[in-house]
This record gives sequence, C-alpha cells and structure tokens, in this order.
Amino acid sequence: MLEMRKDIFADERDDNLNVIGKGLQRQDAPGHVTGRTRYFDDHAFEGMLHLKVVRSPHAHARIRSIDISAAERAPGVKRVLRGADVPVNKNTLLSLINFGKDDEPTLAVDKVRYKGEPVVAILADSEAQALAARKLVRIDYEPLPTVFDVEEALKPGAPVVNETYPGNYFEYHERFDHQKLRFGDVERAFSGADIVMEHRYQMSPIEHAPTETNGTIAAPEQNGRFVVHSCAQGLFFALGTTAKIVDVESNRLHFIGGTVGGGFGGKVDSLTEPLAVLGAMLTGKPVRFVLDREEEMLYGSPRGAERIYIKDGVMRDGRIVARYIRSYFDAGAYTRLSSYAAIKCTAHVPGPYWIPNVASDIYVAYTNRCPSTAMRGFGVTAVDFALEVQMDRLAEAASMDPMEFRILNAYRDGDMKPHRRAAKNTALVECVQVAAEKANWPLSEQAKRQSSLTGGAGERGQIPATTVDTKGQIGRPETRTGTATQTLPAGTARIPLSKQPVMEGARDGRAAPTQVPRYEPARPAAAATPAYAPPPYQPASPPAAPSYQPAPPPVSAPASPAQTQHGAVRFSSVFGTRRR
Amino acid sequence: MAKIPVQFRLNGSDRAAFVDAQETLLNTLRRGLGDFSPKYGCGQGTCGVCSVLVDGEPQLSCLTLSVACEGRHVETAAGLADGPNLHPLQAAFMDHFAAQCGFCTPGMLTAARALLAKNPSPSRDDVIEAISGNICRCTGYEPIVAAILAAASAPGARRA
Repeated sequence: MLEMRKDIFADERDDNLNVIGKGLQRQDAPGHVTGRTRYFDDHAFEGMLHLKVVRSPHAHARIRSIDISAAERAPGVKRVLRGADVPVNKNTLLSLINFGKDDEPTLAVDKVRYKGEPVVAILADSEAQALAARKLVRIDYEPLPTVFDVEEALKPGAPVVNETYPGNYFEYHERFDHQKLRFGDVERAFSGADIVMEHRYQMSPIEHAPTETNGTIAAPEQNGRFVVHSCAQGLFFALGTTAKIVDVESNRLHFIGGTVGGGFGGKVDSLTEPLAVLGAMLTGKPVRFVLDREEEMLYGSPRGAERIYIKDGVMRDGRIVARYIRSYFDAGAYTRLSSYAAIKCTAHVPGPYWIPNVASDIYVAYTNRCPSTAMRGFGVTAVDFALEVQMDRLAEAASMDPMEFRILNAYRDGDMKPHRRAAKNTALVECVQVAAEKANWPLSEQAKRQSSLTGGAGERGQIPATTVDTKGQIGRPETRTGTATQTLPAGTARIPLSKQPVMEGARDGRAAPTQVPRYEPARPAAAATPAYAPPPYQPASPPAAPSYQPAPPPVSAPASPAQTQHGAVRFSSVFGTRRR
Repeated sequence: MAKIPVQFRLNGSDRAAFVDAQETLLNTLRRGLGDFSPKYGCGQGTCGVCSVLVDGEPQLSCLTLSVACEGRHVETAAGLADGPNLHPLQAAFMDHFAAQCGFCTPGMLTAARALLAKNPSPSRDDVIEAISGNICRCTGYEPIVAAILAAASAPGARRA
C-alpha cells in the first residue's frame, strides 16, 4: 500500500528497519477491543466532586458584580470559585516557551470577552447539584460594543477586545503587528504580468468535535501531590500550564494521560486541568470537570477562521511570476496558539511552487469570538485550500490544464524558497503525475517526463536582493526595487497547452476563459515592455485543444466570483474546475 | 431523593444498584457498577459510543433509564470476550486496524454484535446500516466495515 519512491527519497530511509514501514499490531489494540482502555474519565474515586462553570452570556461585557451567596448555600455545593481564588489568573499557553504575553484569565474578573467565557466555578457532590447551583449565581454585566470581523477589529476606533493587545493584533517581538515575508519584487512583477488575479477566501471556524469531550479528574494523592487524569494531547504542556496557574511545583502534579478519545488539536488548551486541580487542592477531594457535548461544541476552542487574499501575476504560458498573500487569523478573544499559526502560515507561503517574487503579510486579529486553537495543520490547511483553488483559477485563466499548470510551477530540488532555504526532496511533480495516472487524467508526454530532480537550482536557486526602507525594515510591496528572476526549469518547462480532459463521469467540458472571474485586462501591446519580460509563448507542437485562445479577453467590468451566502468563494476542485 | 433498587444481569452476572429515578443506564454502569466500556459522547443519542445490548437489542445507554432495566439482560463490550479468548469481532477489529483512538470501538463492537446475532451473513450495506448510529470521529469507517465483514465469515462468529 505504501510505496517509498527511492528515486526521489534515496536518503530518507534505510531499508533494514524493524518497525518503520512494517504493518504491525498496535500495542493499544487489545485494550481498545476489550473495552479495557482507560480514558481520563474511566476512573472511580470515593467522594468525587463535580465541577461546572458559569459562562458569560455576552460576547463582550464589563462585570459589575458577582453574587455567589445563594449558590454557596445550595444543596450539595462544597465550594464556589471566582477569579480571585485562582493563584495566577492570567496566562497564555505559549508562555511555557516565552512566546507572547499572559492575556487570558482562568475565570474572568473585570470583563468577559467572548460568549461562553468561564466566570464562576461550582463544585458539588453531584453533577445535577452543580448544574442547579449554576442557576443561582447572579452576575451583573454591562454589555460593551463587540467586534466579530478581523479587518474591522484592526481599524482605528474598533472596540478593544483584549487589553493586553490594545491594537487588537498580536504583537510579534512586542512591536510588529504582523508576520512579513518579502522575496523579489511583487509589484514590479505584477506590472509585467499578462494576467493579474486577486481573490478573497473566507474560512469558517471548525470544531474538532472529538467523541470524548474535554475533561479532567484530579485527586489528592499523597505527600502533597495530586494525581491528574487528563484528556490532554500534550500531557507535559498541560502539566506546565496547570503548575503555573495553580502556582505549585510541577513535581507535585502526577499527570496521567496520553490515551485520548479523539483530539485533533482540540485538547491542547488545558481547558479543564487547572480548575480541576485547584478544586482538588481547595476541597481536599477528587474533582471531576468534564465539558458536556453542548459546551464542547460551543466553547471548546475551534480551528480559527481565516480570511485570505491572494494576488497572483501569471504569464500567458502559465508561469506564475508573482504572488502576494494577505491573511488575517481570527484568534478570538485570546491568543492561545494563533500567534504560532500565523508563523506556520508564513512559512508555508507561497505553497509548493517556485515563484520568483513573493510577499506576504499575515495578521493575528482579536475579536469577541471563542478563542481558536490548534487543529490539524492549522495555519497551513486554510491557506493551502485557498492556494489550490487559486491555482485552478489561474490555470483556467492561462488556458492550461490544472495538473500541468501545477507541474510547470512546482518546486524542484535546489529551488530557493522565499524563506531563503533551498528546497530539497521536492516531489510535487511526481505527486501530480501519480494522481493524474490514478484518475485517468491525460497528461502530455512532456509533463510525464518532468522530474523534481531536474530543472531546479541554478538561477532559480538564487536569493534576489531585498531592499530595506529608511527604518531598516523590509518594505511594503510598493516600496520595493530590485531585479526579479524569470527562469524556467532548464530545457524542460515548455509544456503545451492541454487538451480536453477525458474523465469518466465528467458532466461537462472545461469552462471557457471568458467565464474566469475578475482579472485585470492585459496590458496594451503598445505599452513599454519591462526589461525582464519573458519571450512570448511559442507552443512546441500544435495545441490539441481547439478551444485555445491566445489571450484572455479584456473585461471592462470585473465579474464577481460566485459567492455563497456566508461569503466564502465557491470551491472548485482540481477535478471539477467548473463554474456554474 | 430516595434511591430506587434495580437488579439486572450484566454480562452474565447478577448485579444490583441503588439509582435515582432519572438516572441513565450509562451512569449506573460507569459510576455505579464500574463498567467503563460504554462511553459518554453526547448524552443525547447521536454518537453511539454508549451503545449496549438490552435483551439482545442495541440500546443507547445514555437515553435508557436504569429503572427500566429491572430484570433485563444487559451486555456491554467488556463482556464480549470469552475469558481470555477474543470474540471473532474483536480479533477482526485488531487484524484490520479498525480502532484508532478506540473511543468508539466498544459501541461499534456492540452494534456489530447485534447485527451478526440477527444476520450472520450481512452484506456490506447491511454493515453500514448497522453502524450508522455510531460515529467514528477519526473517520476510520472503512477498516471497521471490513473487520465486521471479515468476522461474519470467520468461524465462531455466530456465538454472539
């Protein structure tokens, strides 16, 4: 089933390994099939208390007062906790690696910043008693103006969501409002490109929805220690976070876990560990704090919504010569891991393609939404989705087969990435070739002959000059000067325009270029040709596609892309580049 | 609130518990009788991880009142193996890598056990229908379907 292409990955793996690459029985399988595997909640303790939190009904509100007297007197209630009871009531997850400022309370004190933020914790003998007492807590709120849109949040005068970051953006190195990447000169390259296309991509928050909800059971052990059965995906991460918030030495916490009933990134935030341990410390009893399904879906932190703008410059022969990406991460009300996501996003720009001029500006914006967090490739998944949809659109605009378009622009070994590192072990060319073969997608002989091992490096392996502005910083795209390289893989890249794809089950033919939404008109032929303009495309052999049109027709009024109701651009996959 | 005594057979043994009137079978099994093989996933009958057999019928224990199980036969995944000998379904789940995080596995096994008891030679569609109430959030459905089909054709599968 798994084939290691040694022709591409010759040095990647020895062939004489005993475990890697072999199909072995998983060591946890017997426990799973007999029902004996112990997840965090599969532990019984005598006298265990149940913890439930009172959550904010407002997305943004000042807390005028909190009255817990009635809840404290309710049947079965052993203790009611407020922010003042939390020893270190301000934390940020990545403070464990000295990244970012503490910005999030365990229990809100002065104000709430998202709907569902925990304000009060109740510990009672039974879950039902804790839930009943929850209704007796009286909190007086003064609602504040809210902001839910990432770009609105960054405008002057927007409501300040999180006072730790008064500009509503995460401060990189405590002064920069975003992550910046510059490589070559995108503005110059846009002005020389045959086609310039910009699109906006809007993602939605995604809840991990693990079947096992977030939760923790903490219990006094002995010698002043506490045993903690945790759902955490990163057990030592949760241990460090808990030790900081409840202000104890980490060697007093005995964390047991690693057996997780589905996580997908949703169990790295230590949502329940600190309060469960604090409750056990203050009551001397075992404490169970488990989110119910409704809490998990509404207030378990999701994958953050991202808004991504991609602007590309493409030559008529299909080469992408410039790519500029502007993206906004919706962190919600607190940082959690969004600051890291934006760095990962920047590192992923411009996708697995060699483009001589690249720039990106990636922002982390605070809004009055539930804080977002890790989820399966966060920071990369969304921008990859946007990039590949954009690639389909670009291929269409250039009248090229989308598969061959990717082969043409793919990284080859030795190509310089915008991060100033040479690409190695690149294999997108081969991936596309195999995918096309499996899908019975016809590739030209020339495309089939392409290889990641050849055509890269050389001029494509050079770092273009990066000018700095008067402050010594890399500039905005429009302030850039410098030369751009425009070199195809040596002797390889003249791929003829593709024919009609012959797909079994395909419902219709490829869309005509006239249906491509919104690109700028081609520059008039009389205009001065930039010095680095590539030679006009000459097909090596007559193109098979009768529908070939030499140039995209100029459009006076740009057509809007198909928008769905929630603002997302309609998705068209590699195999279904059809517009309705 | 006065507790109510309830007795039923759990995996072949007589068990008794004092329960609240509104207590669910899931809670009684897990917190009262110490059988942690049925899980809590949603509490509203949508995910299937709490599935058990009551008199041979698959039931969602999070929606089943404990008092309604008086005198019944309750079977969970913890009682599927015959001592140290795995049930063919369990062996097939191991052989086919049908468990990833494992959280849905007891419910899946219970649904499959009910299916094979009624239909010893299910079609692929029968299997899919039988586990349609059980969510695997790791989305490992294909290996699960393959494992159930393999168990159906294995010797001894009809014991359940």
